[in-house]
Amino acid sequence: MNLTLKVWRQKNANTPGRFETYQARNIIPDMSFLEMLDVVNEDILARGEEPIAFDSDCREGICGMCSLVINGAPHGGHRGTASCQNHMRHYKDGDTITIEPWRAKAFPIIKDLVTNRSAFDRIIQAGGFVSVNTGGTPDGNALPVPKTDADLSMDAAACIGCGACVAVCKNASAMLFVAAKISHLNLLPQGKAEKDRRALNMVHQMDQEGFGNCTVTGSCEAVCPKEISLSFIARMNRDYGAAMLKGR
Amino acid sequence: MYEKITGENAYQVPMRIYPAVHYTMGGTWVDYNLMSTLPGLFVLGEANFSDHGANRLGASALMQGLGDGYFVLPYTIGHYFVSSKQPKPSASHAEFKKAEADIKAFTSRLLSIKGKRTPTSLHRELGKLLWEKCGMARNEAGLKEALKRIPELRAEFWKNVNVTGEGGGLNQSLEYAGRVADFMEFAELLCLDALERRESCGGHFREEFQTPDGEAQRDDQNFAYAAAWEYQGPDKAPVMHKEPLVYEEVHMSTRSYK
Ligand code: SF4
Ligand code: FES
Repeated sequence: MNLTLKVWRQKNANTPGRFETYQARNIIPDMSFLEMLDVVNEDILARGEEPIAFDSDCREGICGMCSLVINGAPHGGHRGTASCQNHMRHYKDGDTITIEPWRAKAFPIIKDLVTNRSAFDRIIQAGGFVSVNTGGTPDGNALPVPKTDADLSMDAAACIGCGACVAVCKNASAMLFVAAKISHLNLLPQGKAEKDRRALNMVHQMDQEGFGNCTVTGSCEAVCPKEISLSFIARMNRDYGAAMLKGR
Repeated sequence: MYEKITGENAYQVPMRIYPAVHYTMGGTWVDYNLMSTLPGLFVLGEANFSDHGANRLGASALMQGLGDGYFVLPYTIGHYFVSSKQPKPSASHAEFKKAEADIKAFTSRLLSIKGKRTPTSLHRELGKLLWEKCGMARNEAGLKEALKRIPELRAEFWKNVNVTGEGGGLNQSLEYAGRVADFMEFAELLCLDALERRESCGGHFREEFQTPDGEAQRDDQNFAYAAAWEYQGPDKAPVMHKEPLVYEEVHMSTRSYK
């Protein structure tokens, strides 16, 4: 199939960007979106021009590096799908596709479609480490964790830190991400010791980084490649509120 | 996930499974504390050779990352820090200056070639060569062919690669070309090691060494060692050090998959 791409090109954060039009030729429907871009980049390079910069790593939906706004939707708008798992069979021959970077104040553009998401790393760091020394392998039932908690924690842990939730949010809020990270540890016995401190510090860092606040529009949940549930935000608010009241 | 990738429902259509290159065997040489030959440089997880020899299965990356991270490094790195006095490294040190100059020269060399071929096309050609000559089954003739072809390909890379852009900011083609340059060296070592090991074991299947019914034929008499290859500099033949595999309690035996 042949496609027309309108791609955001920007030299660096200080230079204004613009859309450029490229032709994607002979695209196989089984290619992933990123593989399609690889083909386009080979073409661009063969002409001696600079290829389109975009982030990717695992290309199997587990690392959170890929970050493309495709036709206005982060990751392309297919349920539970990261950009790298978005395949070209979802598009039709002759389509025009618009590709933009994540757009949020806290994610400055580095080049073209690559943004700096270190703000997320700093939020994670603010959470600190788990101080409980868990020692060697414990006996099977020495540390009881109810199945519902284990499942919920696992659901939260599925967050790959891509930032699509921020990119889609009209407030550029990072609350779905932060809620997932806080809940993942706060739900388990090993993480309980630092529960309050973790909630306070991570939320504080989130505010420092310039992310907006949540007005519960739910667009984050809709685009999240890992389908992280909005209810984690409520859980985070509760953990945060409880920690505030305890004054820790 | 399978359905997302292939567009086929595995409940209705048989799954298509094919071999793919996953990891290369081995890794950087480390001691029992996971420290490399450079004092203070610890190597953990997939990057070191300690747990995986000729065989390495999927998901063992996790095992090694967790094993090294949980059980070894917390003790050895801490011990290193308290037992060795480290002066604050200075950026004006001669070695630092040299490393910086080397990288700058490497970068500008890549950027100035301005040849006709993209790093991807050279990478693919190298990959195809290895897939065919040093893949799941290899033999002496094929490996020798590869060892002849790789230096030619490497020469072509350094003469004819096209890397666009500048060295100052983010430049993904430059980054990629740098990796392909590494692969060009590593591929040669891979084939050399496969040629030297005249037996079949683990993921290394030499067609000449198989049992009558086509199973891998090991030769513990002559090859019960890990090969540690020492880099001698660009375009110099690496030197092999043999680390014998000595077992006191268990005896080496051949696993049967039948
Ligand atoms: S919550 Fe979802 S969209 Fe947000 S960073 Fe995590 S995986 Fe990405
Ligand atoms: S590249 Fe890793 S999640 Fe898409």
